[in-house]
Amino acid sequence: MDAMVRELSYAQAIQEAMAIAMDMDERVFLMGEDIGVYGGAFQVTGDLVDRFGTERVIDTPISELGGAGVAVGAALTGMRPIFEFQFSDFATLAMEQIVNQAAKMRFMLGGEVSVPVVMRFPAGSGTGAAAQHSQSLEAWLGHVPGLKVIQPATPYDAKGMLLAAVADPDPVMIFEHKLLYKMKGPVPEGFYTVPIGKADVRREGRDLTVVATSIMVHKALDAAAALEAEGIDIEVVDLRTIRPMDKQTVIDSVKKTSRLMCVYEAVKTLGIGAEVSAMIAESEAFDYLDAPIVRLGGAETPIPYNPELEKAVVPQVPDIIAAARDLVRGVR
Amino acid sequence: MAGASKAVNDSRANLPFVYRQYNAEQLRNVLYKMYLIRRFEEGAEECYTRGLIHGTMHLSIGQEASAMGICMPLSEDDQITSTHRGHGHCIAKGAEVKRMFAEFFGKTTGYCKGRGGSMHIADVGKGNLGANGIVGGGIPIAVGAALSSKMMKTGKVVVSFFGDGANNEGAFHEALNMAAIWKLPVIFVCENNGYGMSTSTARSTAVKNIAERAAAYSMPGVIVNGNIFSEVAEASNKAVERARAGEGPTLIESKTYRHRGHSKSDRNRYRSKEEIEDWMSNRDPITLFESELREFGFIDDKGIEAIRGAVAQEIADGIEFAKASPSPDVRDTGDYVYTEQA
Repeated sequence: MDAMVRELSYAQAIQEAMAIAMDMDERVFLMGEDIGVYGGAFQVTGDLVDRFGTERVIDTPISELGGAGVAVGAALTGMRPIFEFQFSDFATLAMEQIVNQAAKMRFMLGGEVSVPVVMRFPAGSGTGAAAQHSQSLEAWLGHVPGLKVIQPATPYDAKGMLLAAVADPDPVMIFEHKLLYKMKGPVPEGFYTVPIGKADVRREGRDLTVVATSIMVHKALDAAAALEAEGIDIEVVDLRTIRPMDKQTVIDSVKKTSRLMCVYEAVKTLGIGAEVSAMIAESEAFDYLDAPIVRLGGAETPIPYNPELEKAVVPQVPDIIAAARDLVRGVR
Repeated sequence: MAGASKAVNDSRANLPFVYRQYNAEQLRNVLYKMYLIRRFEEGAEECYTRGLIHGTMHLSIGQEASAMGICMPLSEDDQITSTHRGHGHCIAKGAEVKRMFAEFFGKTTGYCKGRGGSMHIADVGKGNLGANGIVGGGIPIAVGAALSSKMMKTGKVVVSFFGDGANNEGAFHEALNMAAIWKLPVIFVCENNGYGMSTSTARSTAVKNIAERAAAYSMPGVIVNGNIFSEVAEASNKAVERARAGEGPTLIESKTYRHRGHSKSDRNRYRSKEEIEDWMSNRDPITLFESELREFGFIDDKGIEAIRGAVAQEIADGIEFAKASPSPDVRDTGDYVYTEQA
């Protein structure tokens, strides 16, 4: 019998996943800043402290480096911590533990240990939080062998991928776009997983492949719906995992549509779009291309405070529509 | 190293701590291990000079009493995190020198299968969670291991070794604070050898004694002469008891000295020949411990000779084992990046 499916917000889906993981496995616990009675800066942990107590929902001091290190040490010695960064920007304070320790520990020790830590990063712009609370740094971590880096775009995936992350023996970094937290979608009750490392074709189309991540999946779908009236048929691939990347799904899609556009919120240069583009250029799909590859990414600037400026520095639906139209009609 | 003798010989009542706490066999074994650390590092240094080992290494020659003293009250289940200067900790926690040599030679029989080398030497089976190439990197990890101990109620105590250089890293302060507020079973051991690479603690550190920093985190801060085995072991015993009783962490500052330079690139321009000579001639931890053992009647010259001979043999065998071991296949460079899943 199918599990009951309800409409849950993305934040509720994550919270439900954490509760299920803690119910299933007493080694799972939560750490982070103000995740207890406060419920987390974005109310993702919510009331979990009432249910699981302060010993399993641990408020840390404002010590991102130390806190991340404690999570790594606990994971190394048998626990299954889920560590919440209050904002993904604060990963910069903990890069030592993430990049030098968590990512490399198994390798450096010749396979004698695993580090099953999950780290959650509220990311992205659009909340008026300005330059130090709005970044999209997933490509930084995606560059590090030993880490797995995921960006669920829907409540369904947020729950299923978090449960997959907790079950994963290696460090999994989850980038959650802050504007998605209130987005609702169908989520089954109970335990299920969505595999790490598998992209998802969100919309099938024949004219153009748009590879998008996180919130840009929804913007790409909106753009695709708008262009349908013009007879332009867009395929939207939700990458979901940026390390390890699901190359085959993207290659297959490009071979079908012969055009590729990458849409992501992070700064355009040296980012996921470059990686996807190069991967296609190196693949058999290259011969299928009918047009140059296009990247739509964030502007080469910090995120500004002013709301109009803030919108202007990341791709919006009209930008995707315009670029897709040009690409398909051969203007470029 | 555990299993301290409860039988206190009355005639020894006035002797220093370890001679009351441990029996002759245990103490002779400590001397053996101190020699084993010294000769291991001398052997590694020689192999490096002869081009058999590449990269670099950081020798702890002169700090053997600190490693042995701290590990003395630990059981095999207790855990440590170590540093780039971690060969002594590794041996003190129970590692076999042949597998350490094999690691330095980059062989598959090494503790890290040739992937880690000197700076990442570990022996997880014996509770050594690993040396660390990042100054201060192991300190929060030790606190995490102590959190595991508390949450899983395993009773394990975790020791985090680090040097004086690490006491100015943010990780040190963040980790000590968390260990204190959560009363975790962890012992922070600062082996203060006077220099963070070339910069003396006097130039780098605002407090005279690093142990004073314990006050900021409401835990005991203890200073010991790190070259006197008994002093170190006594402080470690107390800290372990406190940790096991659930009373929380301790910071031990073990004042010591490294006879060698920071690493293989060091030209020793920041300290005088006289200073080095003084520490080597007058404050060598092995010499000090050996003369106490002799003076208190735990060993005689013949016994010392037997230990030196046995250590020399173990070192020679270890180097041979490493030389004869296979190198990893270059096709296996991708191994251990991720956990292999069925």
